[in-house]
Amino acid sequence: MNTILEVKNVVKQYGDYTALNEVSLTVPKGSIYGLLGPNGAGKTSLIRIINQITMPDSGEIILDGEKLNPSHVGTIGYMPEERGLYKTMKVGEQCLYLAQLKGLSKAEAKHELDYWFERLEIKGWWDKKIQELSKGMAQKVQFVVTVLHKPKLLILDEPFSGFDPVNANLIKDEIIELNKQGTSVIFSTHRMESVEEMCDHIALIHKSNKLIEGKLTDVKKQFRTNNYEVGVLTNNVEGLMYDLTQKFTIAQTDFKSLNDELKLEVNLGNATPNELLTILVQRGQVTHFMEKIPSVNDIFIKTVTD
Amino acid sequence: MSKLSLIIKREFVAKVRNKSFIVMTFLSPLLFVGIAVFVGYLSTMKADLKTIVVHDQSGKFFNEFKSDEEYKYVDFSEVNLQVLKDSIVSEAYEGLLVIPKNENSATFQKGIQYISNDSPSVMFISDIEETINHKLTQENFQKAGLDTLAIKKAKSDIEIKLSKASGEASLKGLNEIKIGIGGAFGYLIMMFIVIYGNMVMRSVIEEKVSRIIEVIISSVKPFQLMMGKIIGTSLAGILQFMIWAILGLTAMFILSTVFGIQMGATSGMEDQAMKAAQSEMGGTIQMYIQELWNLPIATILISFIFYFIGGYFLYSSFYASIGAAVDNETDSQQFLLPIIMPLILGVYIGFFTVMNDPHGTVATVFSMIPLTSPIVMMMRIPFGVPLWQILVSLVLLFATFFLVVWFAAKIYRVGILMYGKKPTWKELYKWSKY
Repeated sequence: MNTILEVKNVVKQYGDYTALNEVSLTVPKGSIYGLLGPNGAGKTSLIRIINQITMPDSGEIILDGEKLNPSHVGTIGYMPEERGLYKTMKVGEQCLYLAQLKGLSKAEAKHELDYWFERLEIKGWWDKKIQELSKGMAQKVQFVVTVLHKPKLLILDEPFSGFDPVNANLIKDEIIELNKQGTSVIFSTHRMESVEEMCDHIALIHKSNKLIEGKLTDVKKQFRTNNYEVGVLTNNVEGLMYDLTQKFTIAQTDFKSLNDELKLEVNLGNATPNELLTILVQRGQVTHFMEKIPSVNDIFIKTVTD
Repeated sequence: MSKLSLIIKREFVAKVRNKSFIVMTFLSPLLFVGIAVFVGYLSTMKADLKTIVVHDQSGKFFNEFKSDEEYKYVDFSEVNLQVLKDSIVSEAYEGLLVIPKNENSATFQKGIQYISNDSPSVMFISDIEETINHKLTQENFQKAGLDTLAIKKAKSDIEIKLSKASGEASLKGLNEIKIGIGGAFGYLIMMFIVIYGNMVMRSVIEEKVSRIIEVIISSVKPFQLMMGKIIGTSLAGILQFMIWAILGLTAMFILSTVFGIQMGATSGMEDQAMKAAQSEMGGTIQMYIQELWNLPIATILISFIFYFIGGYFLYSSFYASIGAAVDNETDSQQFLLPIIMPLILGVYIGFFTVMNDPHGTVATVFSMIPLTSPIVMMMRIPFGVPLWQILVSLVLLFATFFLVVWFAAKIYRVGILMYGKKPTWKELYKWSKY
C-alpha cells in the first residue's frame, strides 16, 4: 500500500454552485503533497470532506486502504486556515481536551504534550490562557494540537501564515522531521516558494476541477519550455547575436552574476543544448549556462490564466 | 471517556469557572434579598402626614372624621372660605373639604366639595364619602323613626361555603394557590430556558468567533458538539439553581435561629395546625394544608422533570442553531423574537386563561402545543389534568424535540462554517437541505 489517501471522483455542490467537480487525487504515502489553487478553487471544500466535516455528494475517499469512516478522525491531523483556540481556556487543559477528542487517553495526551512543549520550548505556558499569548505563540500551540495525536496524515491549510520568519522556519523543520518519520503531509498554500522547497508532489485545483497532478519534477518536465539562460563574456556582441538569431529565439534577461556579461534567454526549439553551447564557445567566454526550469509559480499562473 | 461526555465536561467547567457565573451565583441572591428588604423597608416607612382642612357649615360631620397617621383633620369651620381656598393654593394644607349647611338634602348632597392641588386617591375620597353617607343614613333612620339597632340586627351577612361534588369541603382562594404553584414551576422553566438557552447561543457564537470550531468538528460530529453544549450548560444551570436553593434554606435557617422568627417551616406549620385545630380558624388552615396535600404532588414533580427537560432541550436547540447562523450576538435579535414569543404567550395563557378556566378549550389546546406546553401544562396540572392529556402532550413535546434537534443540527452544521454575512430565514431553510 503506497497510497495514504485516494480521492475518487468527488463531487460537492452547495445549492446551484459546484464546489468540486469529479475531483480525483492520489497522495502517495510519505509524501509532502502540495494542494494548490487560487482562492475559491475548492481546496477548502475538499479538505473539509477529507476531514469528514462535510460529506461529498458523490465519490469516494480511501484513507490508508480503508473507506473513510468516523474512526479515521484520530488518523488525521488538521490545521485549518481559519484557526483558533478557546481564548479563556488554559493552554494545557485546552491541548488535553483537544487531544482527548482525537481519541487519546488523558495519560497519553499528557505524555505527548510534555514532549512537544519541551521540544518547542513552551513549557512555561501550561497555565497561561490563550488570550495572554501573542498570535505567533498561539500558532505554536495550534501546531502542537494538530500533531499531538501522531496522525498518519497531516493536513495543513496555509500553515505559515501568522508566523514570524524564525517560527515559520521552526515549524517547517518540524513538518519535515515528521515527514521523515513517515507522516504524509498535505499542504495547501499560496506561498509558492515553500511548495518549491518542501513538496515532492503537487496538485492544482482551479474552478472546482483538478487541472494538474503529479510528482513535482514530472509536472515541471511537463511544463518545461526548453529555454536556457546563458551568460557570455564577448567582445563581438553583434556577431554572437547574429549567429544565435539564425537558429534560436532569444530575449534579454537578467540573473545575478559577478561578471559584466551578456545575459540572454534562449529558446532551443528542436536543437540540443550542445548546439547552443558550440556557438557560444566560439564567440566568447561562457560564464553561465542553465536550463530555465519553470517555477511552481509560473506553472500556477500559466495554468490558471489559460 | 466518550467524546460527548468530554464535551459536556468542558462546557460545564467553562461555564462554572467563568467569573460572571460565580458572581451571578453568589451575588444575585444577595441582590434579591437586598431588594426585598429595601422594598419592605420602604413600605413600613410612614407616609407624610397630610393635613385636611374641614369647613363644616352644618357642624355635624367634623367629629365623624378620625385623624390617623396619614390624615389629620382640622376644624376650620369658622374661617372664611376664600381664605381657606387661598391657603390650599399656597399649599399650606393638603386639601379642603367643604360641607354646606344641611337644610335641603338635595342641594346639600351637591354642595359637598373637596378642593386640593394634587388629585386625591380614590380610596381617600371613598372613605370620606362613606363617613358622610354613614352619618346621613343614621340621621335618616332616626328621622323616619326606625330603630337603628333593629336594622343592624336585621342586616344579613352571608358567606357561601364551597364544596366539591365528591362531598369534601372546598375552600376559597384555592385557585390562586394552585395557579401560584403551577405558575412557579412554569415560570421556572421559562426563566431557565431564556437564561441558559442564551448561554448555549453565546457559547456557540464564541466558538465561531474564536475560529476553533473547525478544529473541533474535525474531531467530533457537529451534532455531538451541539448536544454536549446543551447538556453541559444545563448542568451548570442546575448547579446554580441548587446553590441558590441551599443558600436560601441556609439563610432561612440562620434567620429563624438568630431572630427566632417562624419562617413557616414545616414544623411550625404543624404546630400552628395543631394549636389551631381547636378553633374554627385553625380548622380552616388545616383544611388548606389538607387541600395542598391533596394536590397531585407526585404528578406535579414528575411532569416538571419531563417538561423541564423537554422544554429546555427543545428551545436550546433553537438557540444553538441561531448561534451557529450568526457571527455576533447583535445579529441574533431577529431570530430570537419568534423564540421568545411562544414563551411569553405560554406565561400569559397560564396566568389568565388557565386560572379562570383550567380545562377550557384554549388552555387545553395550548397545553398540547409543544412550544407552550411546558409552561401551560405545568400550570394546569395542580387543577387535576387527566393522565392521557399529560401523556399526549409529552409525546408531542418530545416528538417535536427530536424533529427540532434534527433540523437545528443541520442548520448548525452548515452555519458554524459560514462567516461574514447575516443569513436570512430563507437561507436557513436552504442550509437545512445541504
